[in-house]
Amino acid sequence: MGNEDSTRLRDLLGGDQADLLRQWTEGAAKPMQGRLTEAELHQTLGELLALLVPALGEGLDVEGPGYASVRALLTELSREWARRGFTPSETASAVFSLKDPLFAAADRQSAPLDTVIAVSRWVDGLGLFTFESFARARESVINEQAEQLLELTTPVVKLWEGVLAVPLIGTLDSARTQIVMEKLLQALVDTGSEHAIIDITGVPAVDTEVAQHLLKTVVAARLMGADCTISGIRPQIAQTIVALGIEFGDIPTKASLADALLHALRGSGVDVVRQQRRRAN
Amino acid sequence: MDRVPLLSLGDALLVSIQVDLDDETVLALQEDLAERIVSSGARGVVIDISGVEIVDSFIGRMFGSIAALSRVLDAETVVVGMRPAVAITLVELGLSLNGVRTALNVERGLTILRKLTAERHPRDAEDDDVAFDDHGGDGGEVMAAQPRA
Amino acid sequence: MTAADSPDELVISSGDDVVRVRQLVRNRAQAAKLSLVDQTKLVTAASELARNTLIHGGSGRVLVENLTRNGRAGVRAVFSDDGPGIPDLQLAMTDGWTSGSGLGLGLSGSKRLVDEFDIDTEVGRGTTVTVVKWTR
Repeated sequence: MGNEDSTRLRDLLGGDQADLLRQWTEGAAKPMQGRLTEAELHQTLGELLALLVPALGEGLDVEGPGYASVRALLTELSREWARRGFTPSETASAVFSLKDPLFAAADRQSAPLDTVIAVSRWVDGLGLFTFESFARARESVINEQAEQLLELTTPVVKLWEGVLAVPLIGTLDSARTQIVMEKLLQALVDTGSEHAIIDITGVPAVDTEVAQHLLKTVVAARLMGADCTISGIRPQIAQTIVALGIEFGDIPTKASLADALLHALRGSGVDVVRQQRRRAN
Repeated sequence: MDRVPLLSLGDALLVSIQVDLDDETVLALQEDLAERIVSSGARGVVIDISGVEIVDSFIGRMFGSIAALSRVLDAETVVVGMRPAVAITLVELGLSLNGVRTALNVERGLTILRKLTAERHPRDAEDDDVAFDDHGGDGGEVMAAQPRA
Repeated sequence: MTAADSPDELVISSGDDVVRVRQLVRNRAQAAKLSLVDQTKLVTAASELARNTLIHGGSGRVLVENLTRNGRAGVRAVFSDDGPGIPDLQLAMTDGWTSGSGLGLGLSGSKRLVDEFDIDTEVGRGTTVTVVKWTR
């Protein structure tokens, strides 16, 4: 059955390919609403059609070895369109719109119902694969962007000679906290700083996992020969920490970044003194 | 088996670990150190692990042993240059390295040793000639200064 | 899960072998593109387990291979010995417990350093410890 179907499909596709492509492009262009030029669409779908015809010679299984180059093209297409902000449906629809011209051709040739069903199933396979690739492509774009965002929002700041600080802002999750930890520790080595301050004034909530990571950062800094203070603990967070039973032990915590800075400065032998104003007589 | 070289830096000994340590090398190091501390009258030992990628519980225990060994011979020990990845791993491993002092680098380590020795031997510390300077920081043999009579 | 290529096997019968195990696991971890911290954790765990195999198991072997699962790469190391086995596994997995044969922190610490940890042991039958670390 499969062989007959693929032969019939090849006949349908083999007919007037230029005309088929034109119909396909028209159908695919409609939902795009001009965000993609017809010329570009024509080119892309033309490439796809050129690969589909020989692929049919290998059968109807879109996941099979004969469709490797088709899959590669569809993957490339999904990636490109994902980057350009098209939705997964829009991308898959472009492929699904191959059905209409094929149905029309089947109708003209009075093809049996079996053939029509085969057309439908085959294009479904192609469309679904496209949808899948799109989802994977979009995930990897999101991951890349998330990483970049993480880089931007975890700056390590030099407050003084030998004193580094990481002002954390926003919700902390395990992954982000670990990255902060590694960045801070590396910065201590690179700058030869002996004091680190992790300020969590801008963090609304802390869960057990994040608290553990913060503690580990402090202990790791100590192991390396530096000291680390946590500042900016809000009352709510303090309550959560106590409620969760997390032991902060002898880890210095300061209410504000200012206090932590003063503590670090004193630790490095520097003191801050209020200037005496001399009154003119 | 490699033998870890020991360098004299003023009144301190610098142990710079560059190789993957196996059991025999560790034992040889401890023997060499004990001997050298006594023969040179060194007051401090700086173990530089900035070239060490892996510290497991065996190596961790080695640091503890060397610190204890040195103390018995009237010398203090500082481990310096621990890499962040190593520190993070040690915390996860649960190894606390209790009793082992640490510092960021050789320079800081020498400063700490100087302070410690001043506390333990106040009379010697008054002598300018007895110092833990590394004279430019490139190591090498430096004759330990003789205290003024 | 599929194996990306063929596994390497190393005999662990001396202190030098522990060093070789570290180097092998490090190479595999780099091939899997594990982050530096994750590489360090895995190699450290391998060092602990190799030492256990040597000291507690008498001698043994390790099988190391690269894996992929759901598009993520990983490294698996299987340490096995025909030694005496561990009589009280629960106790051995507690932090800070040391037997005369020096198990110390090895097991519980190693477990924290990896993503998957499995131990199969029976008195008189020997011990097999399997650990896996994945890319994040």
